[in-house]
Amino acid sequence: MAVKAKHQRLVLLILALVVLIGAGLLAAWALRNQASYFYVPSEIVADPPAPDRGVRLGGMVEKDSIQTQADGVTIAFIVEDGKARVPVTFKGIVPSLFVEGSGVVAEGRMGADGTFVADNLLAKHDENYVPREMQEMTGKQARQVVAETQ
Amino acid sequence: MTAEIGLASLWLAAALAALQLFAGAMGLTRKGETFAALVRPVAVVQGLLALLAFACLIRLFAVTDLSVKLVALNSHSLKPLVFKIAASWGNHEGSMLLWVTVMGLAGGFVALVERRLPERTMLATLAGQAFVSLGFYGFLLIASNPFERLNPVPREGQGLNPLLQDLGLAFHPPTLYLGYVGLSIAFSFAIGALVTREVGPAFARAMRPWVLGAWIFLTLGITAGSYWAYYELGWGGWWFWDPVENASLMPWLAATALLHSVSVLAARDALRTWTVMLGVVAFSMSMIGTFLVRSGILTSVHAFAVDPERGTFILALLAINIGGALTLFAIRAATVSEGERFAFLSREGALVFNNVMLSAILGIVLFGTLYPLLAEAMGAQVSVGPPYFNPMSALFAIPMLLVLAVGPLLRWKRDRFERVGRALVIPAMLVVVAGIALVVMGGVALLPFLGLVLGIGLAVASFMPLRSRNLRRLPLAVWGMVFAHFGIAVTLIGMSSESAFSTEKLVAVKVGETTHVGPWGVKLERVEPAAGPNWTALEARLLVRYGPDGDVTRMLPQARSFWAPPQQTSESALLTRWNGQLYAVLGGEGADGRWQLRLWWKPLVTLIWIGGLLIGFGGLLALIGRVVADLRRISLQGRIAWRKDGMSKLREGER
Repeated sequence: MAVKAKHQRLVLLILALVVLIGAGLLAAWALRNQASYFYVPSEIVADPPAPDRGVRLGGMVEKDSIQTQADGVTIAFIVEDGKARVPVTFKGIVPSLFVEGSGVVAEGRMGADGTFVADNLLAKHDENYVPREMQEMTGKQARQVVAETQ
Repeated sequence: MTAEIGLASLWLAAALAALQLFAGAMGLTRKGETFAALVRPVAVVQGLLALLAFACLIRLFAVTDLSVKLVALNSHSLKPLVFKIAASWGNHEGSMLLWVTVMGLAGGFVALVERRLPERTMLATLAGQAFVSLGFYGFLLIASNPFERLNPVPREGQGLNPLLQDLGLAFHPPTLYLGYVGLSIAFSFAIGALVTREVGPAFARAMRPWVLGAWIFLTLGITAGSYWAYYELGWGGWWFWDPVENASLMPWLAATALLHSVSVLAARDALRTWTVMLGVVAFSMSMIGTFLVRSGILTSVHAFAVDPERGTFILALLAINIGGALTLFAIRAATVSEGERFAFLSREGALVFNNVMLSAILGIVLFGTLYPLLAEAMGAQVSVGPPYFNPMSALFAIPMLLVLAVGPLLRWKRDRFERVGRALVIPAMLVVVAGIALVVMGGVALLPFLGLVLGIGLAVASFMPLRSRNLRRLPLAVWGMVFAHFGIAVTLIGMSSESAFSTEKLVAVKVGETTHVGPWGVKLERVEPAAGPNWTALEARLLVRYGPDGDVTRMLPQARSFWAPPQQTSESALLTRWNGQLYAVLGGEGADGRWQLRLWWKPLVTLIWIGGLLIGFGGLLALIGRVVADLRRISLQGRIAWRKDGMSKLREGER
């Protein structure tokens, strides 16, 4: 291939640009389709997402609401934001920072019966790290969470 | 007193960095020889002063001097000494101080040993290094002073987060930082070369050991971080695409690309501008990553509101360093003379392909990590996770892995596929056989399937460059490449096997009951209290047996409670066999006396981290090989010069 150095540089540059721009467009498209959205209880009650769509639910664990079911591994609790309450079930060992009256982010799906089925409960994993959305809560919750994480 | 000494040496180091920048810039002018002579010694002393400041901080933590705010906030007198020391860098201020210390020492080391570059390029490099350091010193001294005193002095410290009280994690940040800072040297070399327009093989050879070193530390840091998350968090996963993890992955991707392009530049004098560009990008990724994580911008958009001073400082630093470097690049890139040309089917061609794919993956990770910020600016709440990252990165990783099998077999400059085709017959056949076997077994999802067959093919193909070569005469760098590529294959097999074949069991069992997961039988024998230096725990004694008639082994998962600060963690128990790992987590006790147990059987999962170690080992071999070869070249040149000198003296004597 007897290409002049200048031409070769141009061809390489164009190829690289095509791949990188293509990757960018693909990423933008995938993000629009796959980003899972964050809800607080009042939002999820007002406008529930489709049952098959993975979403995150964040709020405070209501006092005295944590119950263990008969199989010993499924727990049910209520997440509230002061305006609405959403029942949540979660099968698994809860993270160590999961306690009543504290903030939680649950990843999962909204069931048809209005119960949120969580696959995963997010807890912070070092003192500086809080799920980003926790900072988004308003009023009392926000103050509480901020106070807890400082 | 120690705190004041630390603060004073930090101010002095900052002042010396300013002097280094000034003298370096003046040294580039026509009459600046006096200034030029200053630059190297100043760089060395600056590094030593930063080290002194860091040593002071470590001492403050070691003796738990609670009159220092940082110590009071992050330590506790009852902690084991090793974790007291680790606490000194396990926080924002301390980690920034560690950063400038390593950066200063690395700059001093360059100033002492690097003699191959043209002196002007060296001046520009050290001035660039001082410029970057100066920003960090300013950040430390103005916005996050680690030596700030606290009045009144509290009676006890707040302690370190228990999750961080783990040897793996204690040494994880310094490892990553060594990597980040190694890239800062590469960045400064790139700046220096741009200023003096000396972008050639000599520049590449000077830069290469730093890139290799940085890359080794990043590789080991990521591997250690992944294993820590796996055993310490008790969730059984090894990669979450968390912003904190992505922050270390992005510089690694850029450094991997840089490592390969710098080799092309050193061997063949091609890809000049691209290599300089990657040098700038790689360090920019380190800075973006560290700052986004450490400042909390990514975990909380409101970090700016919480501490506007620090947030603004961070943004300004990023803008000045990255923006400045990119501007310099834009001005100078066109004037860097062109390198050699090559055919597309050649070693260089394969490396260019690898570079483009790595850049695409880097773009995807960066985009996905920053997207929540962008979306937030436009008023939407978004979280991005594995459903985006996994398929999107695989899309570019798979073609790259295919070329990875071929590239090392190709010759420089130009090659024909017929020549290398034969070497790939065996790996290709293995890929087909593995594919058929997996289809027959059934039930494997697409990505793990592709990962397994590609991994097996690549594992064999990575040894093909050794074919028909004299193994004893083979340069160490080639061995390094073979090990690193084999490590990639091993990691890939581990990841795919874990996601394809893991089995999980979540149960509540009474004492004496037996449950089964995969081939294992697990009996809960008893649960009893245990205690450590600053924690108490409930410890379960599990008796596990592989198959119906294997030996019985004990596992001891714990649920720990720390009291400073009050927090609970679960210490998972791991049982490693050659074919996989059994993973057990103890949960809470139910009202009916049953204990929650979470069990995983993860076939071949350890290969993920063994592969990571192999990759790092390959890098180490290459680094040793390169440095030894360079030293030999230097001493050879020295001897030739000495002999010439001697000859001319002899001749003069004859006359």
